[in-house]
Amino acid sequence: MNSIVPETTESNFSELEKHLLNDFQHDLPLTENPFSDIARKLGSDEETVINTLKSLKDRGVISRVGPVFRANRIGVSTLAAMAVPEAELVQVAEKISDYAEVNHNYERLHHFNLWFVVTARDDAHLEQVLLEMEKNCGYAVMSLPMLEDYFIDLGFDLKWT
Amino acid sequence: MKVLNPNLEQALIAVIEQGLPLVPRPYADLALQIGCSEQEVIDGLQTLKNRGDIKRFGVVVRHRKLGYRANGMVVWNVPDEDVKRLGHCIGQYSFVTLCYRRPRQLPEWGYNLFTMVHGRNKQEVEEKTQLLVEQCGLDDINHEILFSSRCFKQRGARYISNNPLADIKISPPSSKK
Repeated sequence: MNSIVPETTESNFSELEKHLLNDFQHDLPLTENPFSDIARKLGSDEETVINTLKSLKDRGVISRVGPVFRANRIGVSTLAAMAVPEAELVQVAEKISDYAEVNHNYERLHHFNLWFVVTARDDAHLEQVLLEMEKNCGYAVMSLPMLEDYFIDLGFDLKWT
Repeated sequence: MKVLNPNLEQALIAVIEQGLPLVPRPYADLALQIGCSEQEVIDGLQTLKNRGDIKRFGVVVRHRKLGYRANGMVVWNVPDEDVKRLGHCIGQYSFVTLCYRRPRQLPEWGYNLFTMVHGRNKQEVEEKTQLLVEQCGLDDINHEILFSSRCFKQRGARYISNNPLADIKISPPSSKK
């Protein structure tokens, strides 16, 4: 298994792709034929829109077309960090990534060099996963759960150049 | 506001959190998986949006793949009485993608405000952070930028799919005895 998400970058997008990526990060139509409605707005057709979204997904440009849940509204989550010796980092990172409860897992340039988000259905489940991780990896997990959210997610404005 | 049947809500979240199927009638497809009507799926998602449980509903892009390769977690040590005001100030900028208050874990961790800043490179993230310092008056606030280097895993959160409850299907009214 490749433990590192591929780092290739894409920049040559068609006009249709640019519009799909930038204009539909929120308020995807909640109608019977949402992709047909999008196609009408963009002067395209339903099949092309669907195939283009599939291709963007296959290429890893988008992770999904769907909801972004507000943190801690559905289930519970925490941001966790570990300080791992450089030589063991990849091995420990793989162990952490193997947990279904982990979605983001990044190396960051700091004494605490492994940062990951753990989600679970309730506090007891979360606590159990964190304890298991400490046992499994041999390093303390620092847990920093969200206390307050100051950000309204309006999607990310892609500035095409 | 409409109240969702809790079983329908659980089932809906379980089938939707990995994203919509890319087919002409995605909501009908989900309805079939759950065992409810297409309209119930559409109304249910609308209710979750209205309630703020779904923050946004649409295309979820991967920043790194789009050339925004530098992602800096900017952490600030803000006096507790100022954290709300400064958090709201930082959270309004479009290049900021997260702004949370989190607990300090003294002695090893002294920061309580977490901001995610994306840029095409390290320098862009530093410039944007400097802009935040100037615009929100953060000159006297200690901060650090933790740049990401390797990404080991990135996908949407799964709250329910690894939960046996997710397998509960809702029986259509006709099958009730």
